[in-house]
Amino acid sequence: MPTKPAGTLYRGREGMWSWVGHRITGVVIFFFLLVHVLDTSLVRVSPEAYTAVIGAYKNPLMALGETGLVAAIVFHAFNGLRIIAVDFWKKGAKYQRQMLWVVLGLWVITMVAFAIRHLSLALGGH
Amino acid sequence: MSATEIQSPRSGQIAGKPESGKIAPKYRRNGTSRGNFEMLAWLFMRLSGVVLVVLIFGHLIVNLLVGEGIHAIDFGFVAGKWADPFWQFWDLAMLWLAMLHGTNGVRTIINDYAEKDSTRFWLKMVLYAASAVIIILGTLVIFTFNPCPVVDGVQLPGGFCPA
Repeated sequence: MPTKPAGTLYRGREGMWSWVGHRITGVVIFFFLLVHVLDTSLVRVSPEAYTAVIGAYKNPLMALGETGLVAAIVFHAFNGLRIIAVDFWKKGAKYQRQMLWVVLGLWVITMVAFAIRHLSLALGGH
Repeated sequence: MSATEIQSPRSGQIAGKPESGKIAPKYRRNGTSRGNFEMLAWLFMRLSGVVLVVLIFGHLIVNLLVGEGIHAIDFGFVAGKWADPFWQFWDLAMLWLAMLHGTNGVRTIINDYAEKDSTRFWLKMVLYAASAVIIILGTLVIFTFNPCPVVDGVQLPGGFCPA
């Protein structure tokens, strides 16, 4: 019968879960980017085509989607800087756990600020 | 310190000889035809990552948080930005760096999870084709875009257009 490996430094802990989060957010951002270049390319088709498609983004559901996308981008950005610190800073590997909590703290602060501003703009009748 | 302190493979400490600056032989993976490609890809992810944080945060702040935010985005908004070479260059750098960064990330994921040689090969071919199309399309749009089109014989309004 397979047994669970005894306490490891990585498996099931902060290091592994931040890696999982980095991969998932990275893939999400990449597929959004493909679509985003395509929709922006409509400016080359005609002003009406672009403004019509962008108009479809301006509804409450998309406002939540945009907030989710920005949450993915901000996590990927801050955790990416943590990865760079782990790789290039002499004490990076030693403090990787503490740095993940800093990443998550800054992520929460940034997202609260972004969500308040963006959702009040997007949802507030205009 | 504790016995569990992690030693980086690139720290250059080979069997007690400190800081030789070389990668220990067991961690050295070149010598094959791939040369230094994987190391350069690894380095590119970190360098482009730092630049992308600045470019994308700036992009989000200017497009979503300043002024009336998303309500301001329409054809005139994009035209106004791309009438300025500064934003043309900003968006071009963002397009190329983000696409190359993302393509290399997805390449890594395909290499990790697709176990069959032919599956891995074809997934990467689809990835490279899609990335090439998007990079070329985006570049052409940024540089061939006319911010002052004449629609039905009428010039669109915009402070950046010649009267």
